[in-house]
Amino acid sequence: MSAAFLKTATLTWGAFWSTVSAPRVLASLRLSFGASFVAAVVNAVFGLLVAWVLVRYRFPGQRVVDALVDLPFALPTAVAGIALTAVYAGNGWIGSQLEPLGIKVAFTPLGVIVALIFIGLPFVVRTVQPVLEELEPELEEAAATLGANRLQTFTRVIFPAVGPALLTGFTLAFARAVGEYGSVIFIAGNMPMVSEIAPLLIITKLEQYDYTGATAIAVVMLVISFALLLLINLLQWWSGRRVGM
Amino acid sequence: MAALTLPLPAPMAARRRATAEPVLVRWLLIGVALAFLALFLLAPLAAVFTQAFRKGFQAYIAALTEPDALTAIRLTLLVAVIAVPANLVFGVSAAWAIAKFNFRGKAVLITLIDLPFAVSPVIAGLIYVLIFGLQGWLGPWLRDHDIQIIFAVPGIVLATIFVTFPFVARELIPLMQAQGKEEEEAARVLGASGWQIFWRVTLPNVKWGLLYGVILCNARAMGEFGAVSVVSGHVRGLTNTMPLHVEILYNEYNFAAAFAVASLLALLALVTLVLKSLVEWKARRQQGEVAVEFSGEQQS
Repeated sequence: MSAAFLKTATLTWGAFWSTVSAPRVLASLRLSFGASFVAAVVNAVFGLLVAWVLVRYRFPGQRVVDALVDLPFALPTAVAGIALTAVYAGNGWIGSQLEPLGIKVAFTPLGVIVALIFIGLPFVVRTVQPVLEELEPELEEAAATLGANRLQTFTRVIFPAVGPALLTGFTLAFARAVGEYGSVIFIAGNMPMVSEIAPLLIITKLEQYDYTGATAIAVVMLVISFALLLLINLLQWWSGRRVGM
Repeated sequence: MAALTLPLPAPMAARRRATAEPVLVRWLLIGVALAFLALFLLAPLAAVFTQAFRKGFQAYIAALTEPDALTAIRLTLLVAVIAVPANLVFGVSAAWAIAKFNFRGKAVLITLIDLPFAVSPVIAGLIYVLIFGLQGWLGPWLRDHDIQIIFAVPGIVLATIFVTFPFVARELIPLMQAQGKEEEEAARVLGASGWQIFWRVTLPNVKWGLLYGVILCNARAMGEFGAVSVVSGHVRGLTNTMPLHVEILYNEYNFAAAFAVASLLALLALVTLVLKSLVEWKARRQQGEVAVEFSGEQQS
């Protein structure tokens, strides 16, 4: 870690700034953080839904589905990458259905988001699931007794209880997505300025033996990620205090 | 949960409970959740296998028995055989130190263990290049002694150990902390030596958690792509692991072969999931037994 920072220190401030503020680098950072944010939001919504369905309902094949949620943890990212590309490309199962609608997924920023949704999903499900399981039914019964309908119970009683876990899951999914490489590069198409993610740009610079340039981007990524995680932790702490009161 | 299984009187059972959703909403939610999972998880998994066999079984076997593929498989196995035991030892000792002792810098150690999860694998690889690469800190010294780490097998092993480090330790720390020190102290009082305590008390108590961590560690070790890609140098038939071999074949538009090798890794993922579910089930049952014993004691 310190190696990365020391290596950047060998750059002058001006050189560092010109590396990092190059349009191609800025575009890749914007894509990496933007797509990760969108994917983490999608995962927060659907991850909560999946966790809810797995905890609260019984349906055939449930245990298989429960195990399948961990697939993105177990499947090597390169395999996930080429598989997603095969499915979402213009001639793939889902891609061919979307193409007539004018939606292109593979080789566009949308493809980056799809790959990041894939790898981030288990983080949300697995952090929310135990909290939902531990939730005391008495609280919901009390809400129902007091005349709340199901939706009110959910928004006023259940959601606040799982909120912190959901935020944690969101954070984990987001952090993982920002650094993700293997599953993205196949489906992204990697067009500079359009669908090129920051980790790929680091590798490109490395292959050109531009070690300082690569390190500069890495340091910017680390600093932004760290700042965002700090922000989310503060948010968590603040919301925890409010609930505590 | 227990409340749900209580036999309700017939008219009550027919009516909807106040703490459950209408049947229609319930099935709608299940439907949406399953559709989402099918779209994002099941479809890619199925695609791997259908694409792998697209050119027939013969082509599939040929892609797997080709010399470069065999070297890649061998290298992946070698990396896992070194990285997993190494992290088993590191992970158990780190968890043991954190859970059973108090020392200065404990919080720092816990944060350090999480570091590989927080850092992009690409950046992890980059750090190794900066340290061991030709222009790196140890580069000149390594070159003088004719040791090659980056763009060679040792670099791949090191990068894999780094990215898979947290799995065992993170699995064990909460488990060991929850179990506390009482049993070890009892063993000590009864005259057991340090090693005896470890083998007879500590290890059996955490065996399922340990197995769980090892399974996940192994899956990641065999499948790691980003970090390994940076340090391997992509020398075909020499420093290519299976995921890197998949990438090369894919970029050569040799899709059927790429998916054939990928299908082996997907199979590994499926085995991992099955083992993981089994271990979880076993661990839960063991916990259940302990809980039952415990409540039995309290009742008597």
